[in-house]
Parts: sequence; structure tokens; C-alpha cells
Amino acid sequence: MTQQATATGPAISTTGLSKRYRGGQLAVDGLDLRVPQGSVFGFLGPNGSGKTTTIRMLLGLISPNAGSAELFGETVGAGQVAQLTRVGALIEGPAHYPYLTGRANLARYDAADRTADPRTRAQRIEHALEQVGLANAAEKKAKAYSLGMKQRLGLACALLRPRDLLILDEPTNGLDPQGMREIRGLITSLAAQGTTIFLSSHLLDEIEQVCTDVAIMSRGRLVSQGTVAELREGLKARLVVTTPDPGDAANVLKEQGGQDVRTEGQRVDCAAEAELRPEVVCAALVGAGVRVQSFGIERPSLEDAFVALTGEGFDVAQ
Amino acid sequence: MSLSSAVLETGAVHARRTLRGSLLANELRTMFRRNRNLVLLGALAVIPIGLGIAVKVGTGQHGPGDGGFLDQVSNNGLFLVFAALSLTLPVFLPMALGVVSGDSISGEAAQGTLRYLLVAPVGRVRLLAVKGCALAVFCLVSTAVVSVAALLTGLALFPAGQVTLLSGDSIGMGAALVKAVWVTLLVAVSLLGLAAVGLFVSTLTDTPIAAMGVTVGVTIVCGILQAISQLSAIWPWLYTYQWSSYADLLRDPVYLSNIERNLLIQLGYVVVFGSAAWARLTTRDVTS
Repeated sequence: MTQQATATGPAISTTGLSKRYRGGQLAVDGLDLRVPQGSVFGFLGPNGSGKTTTIRMLLGLISPNAGSAELFGETVGAGQVAQLTRVGALIEGPAHYPYLTGRANLARYDAADRTADPRTRAQRIEHALEQVGLANAAEKKAKAYSLGMKQRLGLACALLRPRDLLILDEPTNGLDPQGMREIRGLITSLAAQGTTIFLSSHLLDEIEQVCTDVAIMSRGRLVSQGTVAELREGLKARLVVTTPDPGDAANVLKEQGGQDVRTEGQRVDCAAEAELRPEVVCAALVGAGVRVQSFGIERPSLEDAFVALTGEGFDVAQ
Repeated sequence: MSLSSAVLETGAVHARRTLRGSLLANELRTMFRRNRNLVLLGALAVIPIGLGIAVKVGTGQHGPGDGGFLDQVSNNGLFLVFAALSLTLPVFLPMALGVVSGDSISGEAAQGTLRYLLVAPVGRVRLLAVKGCALAVFCLVSTAVVSVAALLTGLALFPAGQVTLLSGDSIGMGAALVKAVWVTLLVAVSLLGLAAVGLFVSTLTDTPIAAMGVTVGVTIVCGILQAISQLSAIWPWLYTYQWSSYADLLRDPVYLSNIERNLLIQLGYVVVFGSAAWARLTTRDVTS
């Protein structure tokens, strides 16, 4: 692999990556994933869809039955861990030594990385603790931490060194809304500095808020990957009216040229085509005596995209 | 100071810092700061103290003894070291080591810290080597705790002086202390086979208590097998077979045959179970 290719190639790429657990269940099935460098990549799927198994294979914790995974162009395996110094990870929740302080926990993980310089350790730990807002609790034993603090300590561990790639599995689990906002802010600022972020989540709005690219998993298979915009493109926005006169409203929408008019209780909606100008339609509705309670364009969410792609709800697989 | 010696010195300081910041140093700090391990070591220290007090209180109340170390303690406090080691080696030392070695990998797995160590990243072979070295240090420290506690108790409660060896010769106190150090080292080395078994068992499961139980249980089974004379054919293969060979150090000249055999058995166990642990840890899926 040339230096050139390493610099511009994908941060993560997998070819036909598959894992079957001993029970015979196929957890991941022929995954071809490509995460461009510099992206904030959302890895989306319901619980049990194979996200964590994929992440464990990316980090060399479990070996695939077929296919391979590469980080920065180098194959990952149980015996090949050198490129993991460039990667910070949060895997299936944080894990710590309950009898050690937060600071001592970080020192232990840092000592495990033989390429990390012990002379700068104290300073790097301090910086990581500050980044996640734990500086004041650094001397407490980890067993006294709340779930949210443990999550922050896990993130601090991923940030012990400047990383080229962060693999974060459900990073906002257990955090209060304020904590979630802080962590999302942290992710956005790290991404702005050029760190590639691979963010696995089952929270669609979380992915929508921070990600530039997204891949959708369902039952161990990759059903789609691309930019968030590309994914939404497949779905048309809809023009929605809420009114106590749904019958009249539906007629007006049809007269105005609305396609695919649907009525559901007090909600009437149709495809928001470009020639259907909202201000004209709204005036027509009012002119026809329809009592409009609300009126607007509804953009499709990732959830809609997910349902459209998989034909299933966002529930636990199987 | 010449330039080259300055460079050498900086290099040495750097090396020292690196050593202090290494995973092995961290592992040892973690091991010897953990309350559970301190309690285990404390309990080991209490045994010779209790033994010494019991001998002191009981002196003169019993008739002629069986000629073991215990009978000599009231004449010479140094013998409490040998008496305490012979008392703790069959059960208490293996129990403490079984807990620590059985926990070494499985404890990390159960806590979930194994996955974070591996992605830190630490190579699996390096992790196993660090755990193995730390266990060897624990063997030495736990044995030394018994010896030192016994020595201090013995010297505090009983007279010191010429030591009569098992072979009948007498040696001075200084030479006897050197013997005590060698005995301690040999007992510590005798535990290495068990440490290797524990390390291997702890790579098999994510449940530390199971690994501890199996490791302690294996020692008990070895003890039982050695009590059945019909099974004497397999005795030489048990890691407990020559555990009592340290007594041969107390002869003059030292009788080496059994000690050599003991060392060979321990080496065999370390190689076989160390390799098994390596084969297991480097190929297993870490799903905890």
C-alpha cells in the first residue's frame, strides 16, 4: 500500500465481511462497507441487526468467517493491531476497573498502548478528561461513577491520543439530554478537525443531526449506504394539511394538481411536487372555505427512508 | 560531564521512565493495590503469626513430636519460616494464587476491560506475557510474605542461633538466613506450574469465579491423587509431586535430585499451559 493511497483511501473498508456465531445464526452477512476519510458516518440499524458484531470485527476482537476488514488500507486481524493506535473506540458501552480512579483507569489503557509516550501521559489524560467534562471527578473511583460519567470516561479513553478514526458504538447511551448535546458537540468539533467518525446508533435523529454519510443495516445485511442527502432523495417530501374538513381539503388538493392524495383522520397530504406551490395551494384551501389548522411541507426522515428500504419497522430484528 | 555520558544518562532516565510507564508496571501496581489481593496477602501473613503464637503457648504441653519443623521452632525461631511454608504450600498459597491467576484474563473479560485493552491496542501475546510475568511476581511476593512474617514472628518469640540441619550438621545464623531465602525462592518457583494452569483456565471463560474454582480445585485433585498409592504411576506428572523438595535445601550437602525434578516439572507446566493459553487467547473471539 503506497503512502498516497493511505492518505486518500477509505478509513474503513470491508469486503464480503461475514460472521456466523457458533449457534449457527448469521450475524453479519457479506458486508461491503466503505467509510471515506473525513466523514461522519452513521451506522444505523435496529438492535440485533449486526452493528456491534461488525464493529468488533473492524477492531480485530472477533475474526470473520469470510471476507476481510481494512482500516486505513491495512487488514485487521487478531494478530495485527498496529493501526489501532490511530483508532479510538467505544464498544458496546464503557468498561472500567471499578476499584481504580477515573484517572488511573485512563493511565492503564494508555500504558497498554506501547506506542503512547509515558512522558506525556499525565498531560494527555488531563486533556481527555477536560474534553469530556470529567476533570472534577478524575480522582473518584470508577465504581462511584453514574452511567453518564462512565460513558464520558469511555469517551475520554478513546480520546487519549489524537486519533484519525473514532469508532463510537452508541456514544450517548445513558446520558441526559444536556450530556447528549455536549457529546454531539464534541463529535462535531472533532470531525471539524478532520477526524473520521464512525457512529453506530439506533437513534435515527442522532444520526440525522451529526452525520454526513450513513449505512443502514437490517438483519446482518447492508441495505443501503451513501450520503444522508442521497438517502433522503429516494423519498419525496409531502405537503400536509390538518383540518376538520378533510373531504373538502382533499378535493382542493386534487384540483390544484396534487398527486397521491391521502386522507387520514384530520390529516390530508399529497406528494409535494415542484409545480405545486405551497402559497397558491394554501390560498386555494382558504378560498374554498377549508378551516386550515396547520399547513406545511414534511421532509422525509431517515426513519421513513429506513422503513422504505427494509419494509419493516424499527424494532428488534426477528 | 562528557557529552557521551550525558547522552547515556538521558537514555537511562528515559528507559527507567518507560519501564515505570509500561503495562507490566501498571499491571503490578493494579495487582498490589487491589483490596482483594491485599486481603489475600494479609491472610497469608496471619498464618505464620498464628502458628508462632500457637507454638509459644503450647510449648511444654505436648510430648515428643514427629520430628517436623514445628518441633524445632521453640529451639530456633528461624524454623518458623520452614514450618510456615510447609503449612501454607499445600493449601493456602495455591488458594491465593488460584484466585489471582484464575482471575487474570477472565476477570478482564467479565469487566469488559479486555476489549478495551485489546483495542488500546495491546497485542494478545504481549497481554498474555504481561499477565504471566505479573503472576510470577505474585508467586514470589505471596511466598515472601509468608517467609518474612514467619521470620519476624519467629525471631520475636523464640531464641535464635545455630541451626541444626536435617542432615545433622549445624550452621550459623547468617548461613541459615541464606538457606531461608533459597527455600522461599524455590517454593515460589514451585507455584509457577499452578500459575500457568490458572492463566490457561482463565482464557477459557468469561466467568472469573469458575476459573478460580477450577484452578484451586485442580490442586486439591492433585493432592487426592497423591494420596492414592495405586496411582503412583501418574504422580511424577503432577505439578505438586515435588513440592516438598525444598526441604532438601536444608541438607548439607544439598540434595539436588528432587529439586531438579521439581524445576523440570514446573518448566513443563509453564511451557505446556503457557502455549495452550497462547493458542486459546490469540484465536478466540472476544465477545464480552
